[in-house]
Amino acid sequence: MAQQNQSEIRYLNPPAIEVKKRKFCWFRKNNIKYVDYKNPDFLKKFLNEQGKILPRRITGTSLKYQRKVSRAVKRARHLALLPYVTDMLK
Amino acid sequence: MERNYETVFITTPVLSEDQMKETVEKFRNILQKNQAEVVHEENWGLRKLAYPIDKKSTGFYHMIEFKSDGSAIDNLEVEYKRDERVIRFLTVKMDKHAVEYAEKRRSQKDNTKKNESQKEE
Repeated sequence: MAQQNQSEIRYLNPPAIEVKKRKFCWFRKNNIKYVDYKNPDFLKKFLNEQGKILPRRITGTSLKYQRKVSRAVKRARHLALLPYVTDMLK
Repeated sequence: MERNYETVFITTPVLSEDQMKETVEKFRNILQKNQAEVVHEENWGLRKLAYPIDKKSTGFYHMIEFKSDGSAIDNLEVEYKRDERVIRFLTVKMDKHAVEYAEKRRSQKDNTKKNESQKEE
């Protein structure tokens, strides 16, 4: 009897199996070749609340486009389209 | 070598509309003197700055896209620095993707303008 019980373990909740969510590069997916510095609202997607550039491990951007994003953000900051330091950007 | 460049400058908000036009005219002339061909121009009007520059919180933005030799840039930037009305400027070289993007952007703008005028009619 004891052995049978062991084989018939039932879970109340389905056991949590980690499903890895695939990150994707937004630029590759949408076939965008050029990151524009003149569009601050778009660049805000890649910044945190303090106006810092988010790392690739969070946004999933590929290296090639991360470099372009960072260049665009820095240009926008120079032109006062984006702040250098701030709080509560979003 | 001929290349595409794009320059954006910010002028002080104390200028009147005529003075602003005059400033733009001045820089356009400088470009033309240096054998540059103006491809496109865009006036963004008075915008709020993300942080104060020279204790000013707003500024007039103007963008000029042009085709020229690299030597024109030096002359243009010297003029920017000499002019007190210009508080910030940026000149960038455009690669092939940038040129493509700028063309697309222009055509989209034209379309929206057309749509708006059609709606008004």
